Amino acid sequence: MIADLTQNSVEADATLVTLDFVQTEDTLTVTLVDNGKGMSEETLARAKDPFYTDGKKHPGRKIGLGIPFLIQTMQETDGDWNIKSAVGKGTTVFMQFNLANIDTPPIGKISEMFAEVMTLPGTKNGYDMDIHRTNINPVLDYRLNRNEIKEALGGDLESVESIKLLNEYIESQEQPQ
Amino acid sequence: MTLEELRKLRGNVKSEIEKRDTEGKTIEVIVGMGTCGIASGAKETFNAFVKEIDAKGLGKSVLLRQTGCMGMCANEPTVEVVVPGMPRVIYGNVKAPVAKDIVEKHLIGHELLDKLILDRPAADIITNK
Repeated sequence: MIADLTQNSVEADATLVTLDFVQTEDTLTVTLVDNGKGMSEETLARAKDPFYTDGKKHPGRKIGLGIPFLIQTMQETDGDWNIKSAVGKGTTVFMQFNLANIDTPPIGKISEMFAEVMTLPGTKNGYDMDIHRTNINPVLDYRLNRNEIKEALGGDLESVESIKLLNEYIESQEQPQ
Repeated sequence: MTLEELRKLRGNVKSEIEKRDTEGKTIEVIVGMGTCGIASGAKETFNAFVKEIDAKGLGKSVLLRQTGCMGMCANEPTVEVVVPGMPRVIYGNVKAPVAKDIVEKHLIGHELLDKLILDRPAADIITNK
């Protein structure tokens, strides 16, 4: 779900996407901020409707259910969410998952999700991404910057060799200090 | 691991990439990672490709990309394979063990896995030109 929403940001021509990931025992709070093209109030209202598509929401595909799925999950699991958007400025998505609710979907492997959002095809201008993750148990506090990692990997995030090293690098950050 | 350590591990691969680009000999493997693909195990498939391609020493010459839904959700995970000199092929039902077959037979052996090839996208996404 977070990967899908991040993909929205990248496809909205954002040049910088920040993902803030704060996890406690009972909550996972994710704030996704992009400087993409943003949405008007009207467009945002329609984006929340699973039965709406403009036929060109995304390059290469016609439909999308990222935002409707987010809303549905939060309604079912007593979570919280909020989306703010301004045309030409970007979009901010706030989501707070209630980890104590039995119906909240499992978080999955976070390191893999980070690797996935860092290797999205992107638009022709490319994008930078800042990720900040903190966790209480085990204690984690680390940052990832896509441009820095890309530079360290010789400017390549597509070859299998780079992807393997990227996975290893993110995985190493997931180990408690 | 620090960024500096990552840089060292990467070494001098940059020149290899430039060489590869100019020669036009890039092999591409594109995994459909839409919601439908991920639900069917595309992440495991993707990881299996990373593991197999790396194990065969092809890590520097193969590009592994993710894309959205290819419109053939019934056959997920779907994987498109582009090998220079061979037709572009989309395979369906590529679970992790099949990834190994694709690497060994298609990428290395230059042989198509006939039974897994999807010959055309679902009719409702084809536009008539």
